[in-house]
Amino acid sequence: MNVAQVTPVGADPVTPWANDGCSRIPARVYTDPHIYARELERIFYGRHWSYVGLEAEVPDAGSFKRTAIGERSVIMIRNRKGEINVLENRCAHRAMQFCQERSGKVKTLVCPYHQWNYNYDGKLLGVPFQRGVKGQGGMPTDFALEDRSLNKLQVAVRNGIVFASFASDVEPFEAYVGDEVLKYFDRTFDGRKLRVHGYSRQRIPGNWKLMMENIKDPYHPGLLHTWFVTFGLWRADNKSELKMDAEGRHACMISRRSETLDKDVTQGVSSFRENMKLNDMRLLDIVHEPWWGQPTVCMTTIFPSVVLQQQVNSLSTRQIIPVSPDKFDFVWTHFGFEDDDAAMTERRLRQANLFGPAGFVSADDGEVIEFSQDGFRQDPAFETLCELGGTDVGDTDHMVTETLIRGMYRYWRKVMEL
Amino acid sequence: MLPVERRAELLDLYSAYAACLDDGRFGEWPDLFVEDCHYRVVPRENYDHDLPLSTMELHGTGMLRDRVYGVESTLFHAPYYQRHIIGIPRILDYSDDEIAVEANYLVIRTKRDQPSEVFNAGRYLDTVVTTQQGLKFRQKFCVFDSELIPNSLIYPI
Repeated sequence: MNVAQVTPVGADPVTPWANDGCSRIPARVYTDPHIYARELERIFYGRHWSYVGLEAEVPDAGSFKRTAIGERSVIMIRNRKGEINVLENRCAHRAMQFCQERSGKVKTLVCPYHQWNYNYDGKLLGVPFQRGVKGQGGMPTDFALEDRSLNKLQVAVRNGIVFASFASDVEPFEAYVGDEVLKYFDRTFDGRKLRVHGYSRQRIPGNWKLMMENIKDPYHPGLLHTWFVTFGLWRADNKSELKMDAEGRHACMISRRSETLDKDVTQGVSSFRENMKLNDMRLLDIVHEPWWGQPTVCMTTIFPSVVLQQQVNSLSTRQIIPVSPDKFDFVWTHFGFEDDDAAMTERRLRQANLFGPAGFVSADDGEVIEFSQDGFRQDPAFETLCELGGTDVGDTDHMVTETLIRGMYRYWRKVMEL
Repeated sequence: MLPVERRAELLDLYSAYAACLDDGRFGEWPDLFVEDCHYRVVPRENYDHDLPLSTMELHGTGMLRDRVYGVESTLFHAPYYQRHIIGIPRILDYSDDEIAVEANYLVIRTKRDQPSEVFNAGRYLDTVVTTQQGLKFRQKFCVFDSELIPNSLIYPI
């Protein structure tokens, strides 16, 4: 290990970058605890919007869901006016994470330690023995309930999807996402009521950014994933587009399934199985839905915390919750629409076999991320090479490029000042 | 009470099931099911809230064979051993040709160069039926408590 490159404890991180570019990413970006601490502060707790959940998960006043932004525990709860609040799960008294259930419905939020009691807006309603007992003890005279609310985050709800931010000066959600990516956000989430189908949770032993990169990397799906290349769901000859916001932090990978095969893209590709036939074709019973338009797949990354998936009839949000520099939790929420008929719901659920921790095309994404992390760990001087399609950043009408990863790192370097 | 002989046959089915997976004889795994079977690996969270999503859900032995092909041929993964510890089956109900069974299970995973670890803990909710080739599963739901899958789940549970 090169000692000169390691950040001393308590100091600001030193840039691990060898140059001004964003196409060669140093291993320490994935392993250094000081860099990770700054990411939490500037990215997850800074002026960014993080995914929290779906409005459909909290249908009534008092319905809540507990989740996390970065390493901070938060509660999404609906108030009596029907609005969504996101409150930090930390009692104003002794910092207790008072909410331990993952979801449910409550009359008020009560911290069991000393029964401090909050309403759905996070306002402190009362504390036991505020005025003492028989003239003894009690809170000081300057104690005021209104000074002791739960930490209330900024909230943006767009067509049923809930985002939150710890920063009071964060830009409006729509400006944050940008027109181009917002168009694809609205393609799936156009205001139709959603129906939650369930959750999958996995802990992936890799840095959180590796998952963002995986869904900004159109190079791998037609190589790593036999199902994608063999059944044409994602292949280099598909008509595709890559689009970013102006900052390069968010992106969409949009593509159209091929019915015909260009032999150039399967020549020598070891994962391609020309004669592979499914015993049960119901796993790929694809029915075109009018709202798709031409594309059959759109994978959207909203930096830093969520992937929005439409891959044929399967829909999910995939939330990234960092746990440490070398670990994150990946939470899948699969959904359909309230007006889906029974056959469509069944179809979405069957196609869910392709995705999630056991998925025919997703299980191996977790595996490759783990082994990349292992590779970073063994040599801090290593840097990755993301120069497919050049070293610049820009939208493309093909998928033979790593431009989206470069876009993210161009932004990352700016916000991290590293 | 379920007659002792049928109970013994049932125990044989569960021990054969564990041995098949733990030996890595995945190609033989579908043979332990009837043709129109229903196999699910499902988080307890979803199961308890009547949410239909499974981690893996296969209908019929054709889909089971497609999964086996995935395991053996298309899914890139680090290899690992599985060791199933299955508790004594609890008979929930039975008739002449069908037994409803619940059984706790624990799957230990051992990856190359790594210590063994608890990989998945849960219970089977099964329907076992009598066939001319002996007892087979018509339904096997693996409802797991484990809140987080340690990265990926490749082999059947």
